[in-house]
Amino acid sequence: MSTTFVSRRSFLKVSALAGGGFMLGFHAIGKAMDNTLAEDVFVPNAFIKIDATGIVTLMAPNPEVGQGVKTALPMLVAEELNVNWNTVVVEQAPLNTKLYERQVAGGSGSIRSSWESFRKAGAAARQLLTEAAAKTWNVNVADCYSENSFIIHKPSGKKLGYGELASKAATLTPPVEVTLKDPKEYTIIGQRIRNVDTKSIVTGKALYGIDTKREGMLYAMVARPVFGKKLKSVDDSGARAVQGVKNVVRWENRIAVLATSTWAAKKGRDALKLEWEDDTKPESTRDHQEAFKKLIQQKHDAPKRNDGDAEKAITGATKVLESTFEAPFLPHASMEPMNFFADVRDGKAILFGPTQTPARTRTEVAKVLKIAEENVEVGMSRQGGGFGRRLQADYSVEAAMISSLAQAPVNVIWTREDDMEGGFYRPTGMYRYRAAINEKNELDAWYLIAAAGNQPNATRENSFPAGAVPNFRVDSHNLESNISIGPWRAPNHNFIAFTEETFIDEIATALKKDPVAFRLELLDRAKNNKFGTVAYDIEKYRGVIKLAAEMGNWGEQGKNGIYKGFGAHFSFGAYVAQVADVSVSGGKVRVHKVYCAVDCGRVINPSGAENQIEGGIIDGIGHALFGELTFEKGVAQQKNFNSYRLIRMPDAPLEIETRFIQSDASPQGLGEPCLPPVIPAVTNAIFAATGQRVKRLPVSLMTFL
Amino acid sequence: MAKYSLFINGKERSVDVAADTPLLWVLRDELNLVGTKYGCGVAQCGSCTVHLNDVAVRSCAVPVSAVGTKKVTTIEGLSEAGDHPLQLAWDEADVPQCGYCQAGQIMTAAALLKRNPKPSDKEIETAMTGNICRCGTYIRIRKAIHLAAQKGGKS
Ligand code: FES
Ligand code: FES
Repeated sequence: MSTTFVSRRSFLKVSALAGGGFMLGFHAIGKAMDNTLAEDVFVPNAFIKIDATGIVTLMAPNPEVGQGVKTALPMLVAEELNVNWNTVVVEQAPLNTKLYERQVAGGSGSIRSSWESFRKAGAAARQLLTEAAAKTWNVNVADCYSENSFIIHKPSGKKLGYGELASKAATLTPPVEVTLKDPKEYTIIGQRIRNVDTKSIVTGKALYGIDTKREGMLYAMVARPVFGKKLKSVDDSGARAVQGVKNVVRWENRIAVLATSTWAAKKGRDALKLEWEDDTKPESTRDHQEAFKKLIQQKHDAPKRNDGDAEKAITGATKVLESTFEAPFLPHASMEPMNFFADVRDGKAILFGPTQTPARTRTEVAKVLKIAEENVEVGMSRQGGGFGRRLQADYSVEAAMISSLAQAPVNVIWTREDDMEGGFYRPTGMYRYRAAINEKNELDAWYLIAAAGNQPNATRENSFPAGAVPNFRVDSHNLESNISIGPWRAPNHNFIAFTEETFIDEIATALKKDPVAFRLELLDRAKNNKFGTVAYDIEKYRGVIKLAAEMGNWGEQGKNGIYKGFGAHFSFGAYVAQVADVSVSGGKVRVHKVYCAVDCGRVINPSGAENQIEGGIIDGIGHALFGELTFEKGVAQQKNFNSYRLIRMPDAPLEIETRFIQSDASPQGLGEPCLPPVIPAVTNAIFAATGQRVKRLPVSLMTFL
Repeated sequence: MAKYSLFINGKERSVDVAADTPLLWVLRDELNLVGTKYGCGVAQCGSCTVHLNDVAVRSCAVPVSAVGTKKVTTIEGLSEAGDHPLQLAWDEADVPQCGYCQAGQIMTAAALLKRNPKPSDKEIETAMTGNICRCGTYIRIRKAIHLAAQKGGKS
């Protein structure tokens, strides 16, 4: 057991409310959730509600986009509370920045940031319940312990259920200091716990943003400008003639058609006669490629990292290797397209829908409506995937404006085409690598010049193999563009890992070294004679590389037509190494199996964690093989799943084998880190199978003989 | 607008909608059966899968006027108590991530098991090709279908 203080923000502030209006503080949530909060409910903090019948409700404050936090975060509370998991009810909490920290789904950070505070919330409640029981029995608190939703008096064996103790516990002062369990005593953390929402999902009862229906609500579809265009003229007579269309409103360069059904709104929107004109210059993919080609030949005045003298080493090298890699734009293409409900009337805004950042939504809606943030209420629905797209607030702000202009509650629905054309994409980029080999047949210099659209920070210059190479330089050029970009699952890393790990493979091949042995040799160099600072832990990196190689029978090539490729990467606090088993026959690439070694600290829920890993790997494979969004004069050329190919079951591996490095370290992110390394693992395997190097994604652009 | 009488999940329901309205939007907007999801609108993703006389169809591509007297089953009507072998297997294999595609996946799988109670990996892959899972839960979906088949997947 370890004693620890409850953090000011997550608990003290909440319990400070307790003196004068603790119940009130929670009442706001109760009201938003169900309007009924009985008098005898024990609400020790914003994470827990225990009623007299013993029902324990745990709040899940973070947005659930499919990453499993609605299951994993309450597990942390339940562990310390010593409740029977099967009796727990989990509820999604609405946005409340006074009660919760960081209600965000992004940066693989939900578990990372909540590990301490959620366990403390559970421990604090457990302590209050224990105290309540001791008071009831008039015994020493030290003689009481908790188990399975009961407080037990050790000497006499008397026990009382949490429900029976709830009202008494509610009258006690919350502790300032709590004692956390020894991890050896964990009975919930580390167990395979199934998704708490599966039953409602498989019966069609789980409600997503797109399912929101409210009294008097209209459905809206919006005509939006493509990149670089603005509205010149509008004729909405055709739209207004569609049966069911109730209103047409304009906000800046957007025209929204509001109707009594989604279909009428869509027919109305499609019947608008709109003329567009150039605003800024509409761009095409070709323009970006031409600009990148020039930029990657240029040195940047302010390198991101510059150890030794890479240029000089390259000039004097025995051998120089050079490779240029290209990344296309990628849309997020979450299964549930963008949508948001808004009801803006009388200076108040009620927003509800799928968002990864409810706080940002509130701030931006308040700003555009010119009302105070207190007058904006944001509720979070379950979300049909996010992948970063729902970190943006464009679609919620738009819904608020449309509702405000129409003075009606409205659910703005995006079609798949709207969603693909109006995105915040994974940026396109071009990376040029050069390496110098010296006379001792060693990697002596590494020089990356990156160029990416709207992304001045396209590199991770302290990543492996930084530290292992004496002359190491990284430059990053930004190409300004009017095409909006944004975080996309494992931002930057999703392309960096492919380029770094492919180039390392190329260098190993040129040095006639085994790619895994070469990576380990570089780690040795970084350990024994490190150049500059590095962002990774050398031993953890080595640990996953060795484990993946062992799991994936590294060294065996071509058996039964299966070729192996290796990839490793560190991102979002987690170390991941993978071996991909790939065959290429008849020009067709098939990934049969992926072996994945992960060091992400303590694993909260292995079933949920493995699901994230499998999802990340399949996502990575799919986008590496097929993902490409191109632009022609500001217009996305792939508008739906018939031209934008997503991975389907026959292209997914039959098996993914995951092993975690056992660790007591604080848990790290998992939603993102397993995606980046699988791309080079697959493309390096393709090289092993065909001798052809993949340098431009997607792989489907290549012809294999 | 025109009146249609539909047989959905064992009940007769009447709606008054434009003839070209896809069954998907009739279910979702008129009848509040929102378990059937919109993902693409062009029969590419399978999120909107329902059964017409026990055959899996993409409801986004079926205009209401084409339904006629065919029996419509949606995810809400697949089983009364949410205990279809596939629904149970989905929980056992802990399949869903975001969950948005899963109603469609289950409806496609249910139609498959009805005509082929013990499908092979290959047969599962072929039947499920039309259903995209953006979260990438394919390995678990395949496993859950096998699990349900072992337990007598016919409903
Ligand atoms: S919405 Fe019908 S197949 Fe995609
Ligand atoms: S679970 Fe998210 S799309 Fe399938």
